[in-house]
Amino acid sequence: MVSFLEWLALTSWSVSLHESHYVYLFILTLHVLTLTVFGGTALIIDLRLLGLMMRYIPTSVVMKRLISWNMLGFAIMTITGFLMFYASPVDKYDNIFFRAKIAMLILAGINVFLFLKFVCRNLAEWDQAPMPPVSARLTGGLGLALWMGIITTGRFIPYQQYWFG
Amino acid sequence: MIEHLPLLVEMRSSLWLFPTIATVHLFGLVVVGGAVLLGDLSLMGYGLANQPTHQIAREIERLQITGILIMGLTGLPLFMCFATKYYYLSAFWVKLIALISAITFTFTIRKAALLNANTSQNKKKTIALISLSLWGCISVCGRLIGFP
Repeated sequence: MVSFLEWLALTSWSVSLHESHYVYLFILTLHVLTLTVFGGTALIIDLRLLGLMMRYIPTSVVMKRLISWNMLGFAIMTITGFLMFYASPVDKYDNIFFRAKIAMLILAGINVFLFLKFVCRNLAEWDQAPMPPVSARLTGGLGLALWMGIITTGRFIPYQQYWFG
Repeated sequence: MIEHLPLLVEMRSSLWLFPTIATVHLFGLVVVGGAVLLGDLSLMGYGLANQPTHQIAREIERLQITGILIMGLTGLPLFMCFATKYYYLSAFWVKLIALISAITFTFTIRKAALLNANTSQNKKKTIALISLSLWGCISVCGRLIGFP
């Protein structure tokens, strides 16, 4: 794994990206600002699942109307995120916050999978209900908590060197 | 003078306080982002466009205020930490002016457009675009301020 990342770090594009001050900062800015689109829509969907917002709009409507914006945001965040990883793969691999962030991303993915597979199976039964069932609230709450963790660890990635030398 | 307050000296020397407050500031960004986007998308006929906009206005009101409060309460100490650095940055002043304009615009003209069912389609779209530009400007400037 490390030798692959070392090879990746030495590819010419990775070196140029790493050394380009403005391109890197532009990618970082795009990554952070897309959070408003991705995180904003995810927040509203999760709050609906928790029964805290849009209680009188069917859950399926909230999800259906916002999911394309959410996915668009996610795609931009993934691409810009990957580019930043590609700019310094070995450093990121060694970074404790980066590792925690990826672990939580995987958990968030599993959470979405379980939601679609099990919780949504009988969506029609509680679609109109202002307060979704416990399983839906659980996934909504878990999703929210995981994303707070992902944002926090993401923000802390540059601080590894101050804390752990 | 602000920068030398004992609390802020402490904050600068602390290894975790600044990034922690900056993280909560980011949470605020998500909350404001969600509320602003939802309102403006429905003004433009996207997102939850099948719901009447006055219903959306009611739904996002609390979210909007909560988000702005989180950002303000965390933004102030972040600013005070490096007050003199920001004072000389034009991005900071642009952000401040855009912020005052955005808040005023959001709670007057935009709110009225959301609440009034008779607002023309063109007017709604223009208002949504102004709102998105103002809030977009604030977030871009906010990012620029943080750069070394």
